[in-house]
Amino acid sequence: MSAVITKRPAEEGTESPVREMVGGYLARVRGGDMGALPAVSALVALCLFFWVAQPVFMSTSNLANLFTQGAAGIVIAMGLVFVLLLGEIDLSAGFTSGVCAAILAVTLTQQGWPWYAAVGAALLTGALIGTLLGTIVVKIGIPSFVVTLAAFLALQGVALKIMDNGTNVSVNDKTIVAIANDNVPITLGWVIFVVGILGFAAVQFKQFSTRRRRGLTGQSLAGLVVKIAALAAVCGFVVYVLSMERSRNPAFASLKGMPIVVPLILVLLVVFTFVLNRTSFGRHIYAVGGNQEAARRAGINVDRIKITAFVLCSAMAAIGGIIAASRANSVDPNTGGSDVLLKAVGAAVIGGTSLFGGRGRMLDAILGGLVIAVIDNGMGLMGYSAGTKFIVTGLVLLLAAGVDALSRRRSLTTR
Amino acid sequence: MTASENQVPGPVIELRGIDKSFGPVQVLHGVDFEAHVGEVTALVGDNGAGKSTLVKCIGGIHPIDAGDYLFEGRPVHVGGPRDAADLGVEIVYQDLALADNLDIVQNMFLGREKKSGIVLDEYTMEELAAETLAGLSVRTVKSVRQQVSSLSGGQRQTVAIAKAVLWNSKVVILDEPTAALGVAQTQQVLELVRRLADKGLAVVLISHNMNDVFAVSDRIAALYLGRMAAQVKTRDVTHAQVVELITAGRSGDLGLQQANGNGAKA
Ligand SMILES: Nc1ncnc2c1ncn2[C@@H]1O[C@H](COP(=O)(O)OP(=O)(O)O)[C@@H](O)[C@H]1O
Ligand SMILES: [Mg+2]
Repeated sequence: MSAVITKRPAEEGTESPVREMVGGYLARVRGGDMGALPAVSALVALCLFFWVAQPVFMSTSNLANLFTQGAAGIVIAMGLVFVLLLGEIDLSAGFTSGVCAAILAVTLTQQGWPWYAAVGAALLTGALIGTLLGTIVVKIGIPSFVVTLAAFLALQGVALKIMDNGTNVSVNDKTIVAIANDNVPITLGWVIFVVGILGFAAVQFKQFSTRRRRGLTGQSLAGLVVKIAALAAVCGFVVYVLSMERSRNPAFASLKGMPIVVPLILVLLVVFTFVLNRTSFGRHIYAVGGNQEAARRAGINVDRIKITAFVLCSAMAAIGGIIAASRANSVDPNTGGSDVLLKAVGAAVIGGTSLFGGRGRMLDAILGGLVIAVIDNGMGLMGYSAGTKFIVTGLVLLLAAGVDALSRRRSLTTR
Repeated sequence: MTASENQVPGPVIELRGIDKSFGPVQVLHGVDFEAHVGEVTALVGDNGAGKSTLVKCIGGIHPIDAGDYLFEGRPVHVGGPRDAADLGVEIVYQDLALADNLDIVQNMFLGREKKSGIVLDEYTMEELAAETLAGLSVRTVKSVRQQVSSLSGGQRQTVAIAKAVLWNSKVVILDEPTAALGVAQTQQVLELVRRLADKGLAVVLISHNMNDVFAVSDRIAALYLGRMAAQVKTRDVTHAQVVELITAGRSGDLGLQQANGNGAKA
């Protein structure tokens, strides 16, 4: 109750960094925000479990596999985060990725377009689908659940039509195929790692010093160092494992380095995290998801924010579709179908993005997507059937949604 | 108790003959209303009298159907929340309109974020938010980086009020700010309201509580079934008269004489 509003130096005296981080985290949990901890713990626990159960799980080739397997779903999930943050949903994101992949394949293979033109066409298709969905939701006022359910069916049909009622179209363009099948050279991989960690550290330290200079409270220096060191250790380990030779016959064809999709996803993560956390557009997305009426009264153009979110979601689905096409070397009418959408939504929610809107991060999609990919991959290695994998993934999703609902209820009752 | 005794400014906001309907239901009938610099004007009326609707018309949330909106003597058109904000009119709504998932700073600057380039200038916003709260002698908020979901009712009200005065506003309108508060918190908010007026703002306070009204207001405007029954100086009337104006629309020569038209100003 004292005048704590008055400025005080950034460092909290003698409080230990661990104590400070735990305290800050608990405060956020009380506010209904579990943060990344559940997903990270689940990920670590699952990895350790599968490592013990099937040591081959931690092999370099399997880890590389894991990333390329999960990549398309992760990118689609990243797009869904925008829509989920608003408290909306896009059930058609899977087939949007399928349609965009079909456009890519047809323009590349049948029309002979250069890869960049085909990619542009796929992205544009995604953006158009998003504009259409967002506009219908906003201007007509049909719930996004229904609009995108309709689009789920319709886009499935569009994909069929584009591919002459179901013929498989192959994708042979070297650049496109490389996205999900080639690796970054080892040295470049390490350069990306060093630049990434240094860049992250630089941003964090700059924030820290500015806050201190201007007399604002914030994280302690020690806490910051712990955070950066932990990140460097985890990322360094992954880059190290991915840099090992994983070809059975290296003399014939060497296979090492991080898959190209890894830096691709990292770039998307950095860009969209910046958008969400550091721009007013991002701030307004959270505001609309948290209290639409408050946002409207604050003079925010709610309709524009919503439509833009749907456009971003569908454009990200297009990128997911391109990755899927690359990985399969082909596109068929089922690309983006079956469980793709459900797993992408699951990824975002497992990562900690709320289905009720207003709470979530880009990183969630990646963490949750990795959890799903690890379950899929690890259980596969252990010889479980697809049926068992679906059941387990379903239960994990239910658990995550339950945590989401309970933490929301908690935050509503702790007034 | 008023700061305006020795100055004779015109009203900063003046409404004349405001009509407002929602579909077939006419909620406001030719309402006149004014608010003065350095004064607290209490807007009273029974539930459903149209107080919140009147305030939303002033704030640009609802377009008015007919009537004049004068600001500092000039007729203005307020077509949305931004227009009202640009004039310096800030409203603390009954249903607060804070985003629970954002922190205090983020809420205070919502829709009007400070930026350097395209990047949000968190430092400046945080400093200004802390200064504003300190300037209002608010001591109950621990950190301006707290999420609003973790605040008590009184703290939320405080944040909403601080948000309204952050913008060098000229008029602050509070819709039942104490309705959900306990005794001590109510007292704090009322002191805050008085301080705003003493700082030279025009304050409009909607309240049901006669004690609150008589404790802080300089003028009282009573709405009765969507009509302005009377606008009077607080010191010229008694509790009983105001209660009559609220419940019957008239009290002696005050108020609506035939339940039509607006009451004369006293
Ligand atoms: N958006 C709206 N649509 C339809 N009727 C409304 C709306 N807002 C308020 N009303 C009606 O207008 C009348 C006045 O409401 P309100 O201004 O909230 O009263 P008060 O704040 O004085 O209690 C009520 O009868 C209410 O039902
Ligand atoms: Mg009301």
